[in-house]
Amino acid sequence: MSRNKLIGYGLLLVFGLVAPFLFPAFKLQISIMWLLVVLSLTWDTQGGQMGYNSFGNIMFFGIGMYVCSSFHIGMFFSLAEWTEGGGEKTFLHTSLQYFQGLSVGLILSGIVPAIVAALIGYGILGLRGHYFAICTLGLGIAMGEIASGIELIGAGQGMTTPPWPKGIGGVELRSQFYYYLCFALMVITFLFLRWVYQTRFGLVLNAIRDNEDKAEAMGIHTMRYKITGWVISAFFLGIAGGLMGNMIGYIEPTEIAFAGASYGVFMVLMAILGGKGTLWGPVIGAIVFHIFKEGFWIFFLGWQYVALGLLIVLIVVFFPEGIMGWLREKFPERFGEVIDEADRKAQVELE
Amino acid sequence: MNGILLGILFALIAYGMALQWGVMNIINIAQGELVILGGYIAYFMFKAGIHPAFGIIVSPIIMFFVGWFLYKAVISRVVDRDLFISILATFGISIVTQQLMNSVFGSDVVVAQSNFGTLMLFDNSVVLPYVKLFSGVVSVVFALILILYMKKSRLGRAIRATAQNAKAAKILGVDTEKVYAATFGINAALCGVAGTLIAMTFTLHPYIGLPYTVRSFMIVIIAGLGNLPAVALSGVGLGVFEEFADFILGTEFRIAAVFMLLVVILVYRRFKLSKKREYLK
Repeated sequence: MSRNKLIGYGLLLVFGLVAPFLFPAFKLQISIMWLLVVLSLTWDTQGGQMGYNSFGNIMFFGIGMYVCSSFHIGMFFSLAEWTEGGGEKTFLHTSLQYFQGLSVGLILSGIVPAIVAALIGYGILGLRGHYFAICTLGLGIAMGEIASGIELIGAGQGMTTPPWPKGIGGVELRSQFYYYLCFALMVITFLFLRWVYQTRFGLVLNAIRDNEDKAEAMGIHTMRYKITGWVISAFFLGIAGGLMGNMIGYIEPTEIAFAGASYGVFMVLMAILGGKGTLWGPVIGAIVFHIFKEGFWIFFLGWQYVALGLLIVLIVVFFPEGIMGWLREKFPERFGEVIDEADRKAQVELE
Repeated sequence: MNGILLGILFALIAYGMALQWGVMNIINIAQGELVILGGYIAYFMFKAGIHPAFGIIVSPIIMFFVGWFLYKAVISRVVDRDLFISILATFGISIVTQQLMNSVFGSDVVVAQSNFGTLMLFDNSVVLPYVKLFSGVVSVVFALILILYMKKSRLGRAIRATAQNAKAAKILGVDTEKVYAATFGINAALCGVAGTLIAMTFTLHPYIGLPYTVRSFMIVIIAGLGNLPAVALSGVGLGVFEEFADFILGTEFRIAAVFMLLVVILVYRRFKLSKKREYLK
C-alpha cells in the first residue's frame, strides 16, 4: 500500500470516528448509512464480483434481525410472552443481561443466515441468469410472508427489540454505542472483502462471472466457491440486520425485516449506482444514494416511492456503468489501464 | 372448480408474459401491476355506473396504449441490453405503477361488483358464481382470438418471425421496433382483460401485483415458451394448487405457498438438468 493510500484510509477512519461529535443530529442517519454500505458491499459480492444478480439477499438481513432479537429476548425471558405484550415493555433487561444478550444475538445473527445460505446454496446457485434473479426474488418475499404468519415472533404486527437498560446512561449513549458498532461492522466488512478480492478466491469469483463453464473446465469446483461467496455475504448481512433491528427498536416483517421493496432494492441500486464489480463502487454508491435519499426525500413527501421507482429506471437505463465505471472511462490511467492510442483509433474507425 | 377457473385466468396472464419473453427476451416484473391497472379501469367504469363487464373491451384498448407508451419510454432502451438490466428496469416500473396507483386510487381494497347470480349444481353441492364462469369463458375466448391473430394476421406473422430470429426478420423487411412495441402493447392489453376479470371476481389492491407476476412466470417456466396447451394446463394446475394450499395451510400462507412453489420448481428443474450437465439459463 502506498503512502497516499494509507493517508486516505486514515483520514476516512478518523472521519468515521469523530462523525458523531461533528454532526450529533445526524447520528442515526450516519449509522444507517454505514449499514447501507455493508448491504451494498455484500450484494456486490454476488452481483458484481460473481455475476449472480440476487434480489433476495434481503432474506439474510431479515433472518439476522429476527434471530438477533429472538435470542436477545429469549435468553432471559419467554419470547411468546414478550411478543404477546406487543408494544408494552413488560420485561426489562438489566445492563449485564442486555449486553450478554446482544453479543450472543449478534454473533448468532451472523451465523444463522450463513448456515441458511450454505443449506439452500447448493440448490439455488445452480440456477443461472434471470432464473436465479427471479428465484431469489421469490424466496425473499416468501420469507417475509412466512415471518408474518408465525405467532411466536409477533406475526404481522412484528415485535419490539429490548429497550436500552436503565442506569448506564441515556439515549445519547445508546445512539453512540450503536453508531460505533455500525461503523466497526462497515470497516470490518470492507477490509475483509478487500482482502478476499485480492486472494485467489476473488479471482475465482471473477472467473465465474466472466465464464462459468470455462472456469469449471479449468478444474475449479465453482459450486464450492459460489456457496462460500454467498455464505460470506449472508454472514455480514445478517449482522447488519441484527444491528438495524436493535437500532430502530422495532421489527416488522414486510416493511423492515424482509423489505424487498426498499432495502432489498436499495442494495442492488446502490451497487449499480456506484459501479458494480468494484470494491469502492458500492461504498461510494451507498453514500451518494443515502445522502440523495435523505436530502431530497422531503421534497417528494408521500411520493417517495414513485421517485424511487423513477430513479431506478433512470439509473438503470442511462447510467448502468455507475460512478466507478464513468470514472474509469474518464481516467483509465488511474485504474492501471494502458490504452494503446493506435488501437483505440482503429476501433473508432471500425465503428 | 374454483381452482380451474382461476387457473384459466392465470394462463391468460402467463400467455402475455410468454409472448414478450419469447419475442423480446424480456421478463416483465411489472406484469402484475399492468393487470391491476387494467382492473382499476374496470373499477372506475363500475364507479361511473357502467357495468364492469364492458371493461373487457375498454380496458384492453387503454392498456394497449399504456403498453405502447411504456415500450417507447423505457423498454426500447433496455431491450437489447443485459437481461438483468431489463429485469431491474421493469422492477422500477412496477414500483412506480404500484405507488402511483396507491397515491391516486388510494390503498383500499376495492371490488367491481357485477351482480351476476350464482349457479347451483347437483342439489347445491357445487356453488358456482356466474361471474367466475364468465371470466373463464372470456379468458378462453380472448386466448383463442389471440392465437388466431398470431397465426393469420400480418402483424402476427411478423411477431412470430421476430421471435424466431430478430436479425433475419429485420433483413427481410420487418420493422422489428414496431413489432416489439406491438408485442408489449398486446401483452398489456391481455393484462387489461385479465385485470378486468380479476376486478369482477376477486379484489383489487395496489400492492397485489407481484404475486400475479410470479404466478405467470411460474406457469411459463413450467410450460415453456410458446407451448399453449401446456400453458393452459399448468395454469389450471396452479389454480388448483392454490385452492388446496389455501385450504390446508390457511389464507395467510397463500402467497408464501405460491412463492415457495416457484422456488421448489426452479430447484427441481435445476437438479434434473444438472444430471445432463445443463443449466437453466
